[in-house]
Amino acid sequence: MSTPQDTPQPGRHRADGQDTATAGNGRGGVPLVKLIDAGKRYGAVIALHDINLEVGAREVTCVLGDNGAGKSTLIKIIAGLHQPSSGTYEVEGTPVSFSSPREALERGIATVYQDLAVVALMPVWRNFFLGNEVRKGPRMDIPAMKKMCKDELLAMGIDLRDVEQPIGTLSGGERQCVAISRAVHFGAKVLILDEPTAALGVKQSGVVLKYIIQARERGLGVIFITHNPHHAYPVGDRFLLLNRGASIGNYEKSQVTREELTGLMAGGAELEQLSHELEGAGGAAAEAAHEMEAEVSELGITSHPTTTTESDTRVRGPGE
Amino acid sequence: MTQTAEAPVAPPPRADERIGRKSPLARLLARPEAGAIAGAIVIYIFFFIIAPPFRNASSFSSVLYVTSTYGLMATPVALLMIGGEFDLSAGVAVTSSALCASLFSYEFTTNAWVGVLVALVLSLLIGFINGWLVVRTGIPSFLITLGMFFMLQGLNIALTQTITNQVSSPDISTLQGFNSAREVFSASWTIGGVNIRTSVVYWIVFVIIATWILLRTHIGNWIFSVGGNAPSARAVGVPVAKMKIGLFMAVGFMAWFTGMHTLFLFNTIQSGQGIGNEFVYIIAAVVGGCLLTGGYGSAVGAAIGALIFGMVNQGIVYAGWNPDWFQFFVGALLLGAILLNTYIRRRAEASI
Repeated sequence: MSTPQDTPQPGRHRADGQDTATAGNGRGGVPLVKLIDAGKRYGAVIALHDINLEVGAREVTCVLGDNGAGKSTLIKIIAGLHQPSSGTYEVEGTPVSFSSPREALERGIATVYQDLAVVALMPVWRNFFLGNEVRKGPRMDIPAMKKMCKDELLAMGIDLRDVEQPIGTLSGGERQCVAISRAVHFGAKVLILDEPTAALGVKQSGVVLKYIIQARERGLGVIFITHNPHHAYPVGDRFLLLNRGASIGNYEKSQVTREELTGLMAGGAELEQLSHELEGAGGAAAEAAHEMEAEVSELGITSHPTTTTESDTRVRGPGE
Repeated sequence: MTQTAEAPVAPPPRADERIGRKSPLARLLARPEAGAIAGAIVIYIFFFIIAPPFRNASSFSSVLYVTSTYGLMATPVALLMIGGEFDLSAGVAVTSSALCASLFSYEFTTNAWVGVLVALVLSLLIGFINGWLVVRTGIPSFLITLGMFFMLQGLNIALTQTITNQVSSPDISTLQGFNSAREVFSASWTIGGVNIRTSVVYWIVFVIIATWILLRTHIGNWIFSVGGNAPSARAVGVPVAKMKIGLFMAVGFMAWFTGMHTLFLFNTIQSGQGIGNEFVYIIAAVVGGCLLTGGYGSAVGAAIGALIFGMVNQGIVYAGWNPDWFQFFVGALLLGAILLNTYIRRRAEASI
């Protein structure tokens, strides 16, 4: 029991040679953003390889992965901060090569970063219009901007006391929402949200999820990066799972259940392995191991599902 | 039942009840320059009581003059600090610019204006190199400009010595164009028995321009954002590198302007001059409420910081004290201002 090396590591199995589920996505129309076999190397380090991702209008594509899975590298590629070292990046059907986030923005791809969405010391309205100031000759039209900011936030259901207050005085959820409504206001077609719920409480996460759905209803494509399947499943139409820089699954909502998603994310086999290790330690740890085993079986991942699911579920598809 | 619950909530009243009435005083205290204003008033009253000559209008005009010589530079230095960077070479860069103008036009016996233009190019170039190195390497501007500071200081002294065999530049007052340049950079008028130098007017004009840029234009918005959170600014499309290089070049421009003022006022420049002034500019900006970490501050604050400096500089003389005490006072002022600023800012933030 104390030889974890014996356990197979299906979670590590790489889904080589995956096809994208692109051709018949059933929603019609050209996807707004599409990555084909995209990869990124930093010198000898392969941060990301062979990633296929797409998002269309009125769709939420969730990118799930643990820390270090390559989520941030993926965002940086889509947002125009980095260029992929291999593969193709298409926006509305045409291959692109962005050299700066500004260019991505001009194509309607806006990114809301988890921690660097806003400049804390600056007033809310200055943050809202940063980089897109409304100008009136050489100067800014400040009264108009304040009013637009207040109205736009109100439309998203955020009733601010005073748009002149430093944005750092808002709560984390409110800040995310200001950043989201800013992107929507400036005509983003695709919204990339980097772990918008990671630092938030349950209630505030709910608020942010609500804005994700609102953004989708307004016709945007949303790429929602998270490590929480419980946040991803209710809002997502498509799920891309990353592990160690590679895709371990690419599903449409009809192809996967919340439990399967959770199991894949938790790394079923890894959990199982951990429970064995804990059992070996005895005492209180063994008790925890039992709890964990129970959870593993509850999620239906006791056997070696990951090896099969990633290749099989997709092949079987919805009409299984 | 459910329908009653879903009945629309009364629209929020126009005046939000969550904003407490803020007194004008509280609003003032929330501004970055609040501490500097309080300090300036205290110091003015202090010297007003202790040094009778300080009360004359003419001595206040000389306070203003001293203030302007520092305030001119404190303005772009404050903008640079709001933009999140330092320039330790700012003090000697003034001297470099003045030496360049005077040596060039003297050695090549050109019109004084030619030297002035060459010096402008040099000053902007120094600013560009500082800024380019900072954004290109990501090395803190403290180190880059410290290196620039020593290089310029060495060049100032060594080149002047090599070219003129002296420690100062030659007198250029006989050159063509000297008088018109003096009219532009270093004129003075007497109004009602009080001598007013153009540098004071220029200083006030530049402070107004800087304040207008900071608060009313998108450039100002960008300056705050690159200092407050550069990655975030970059992510929304603010050209961070260009902004920073531009700010360093603004410091360069003002170093040129201040250098020209000094040159055409005294006709000659000491090559070792200007060392230590970079700290005065930074002190003025910090006393005026600029955060060392960037993203917060004001040009008016830096102007008031410079005014405090000018009042102490002259007040000590009028009070008949030994001027050797000046630096001690400057240090004490800086410390006091920082403590007061921090205290006021915390109070102001708490009252938001």
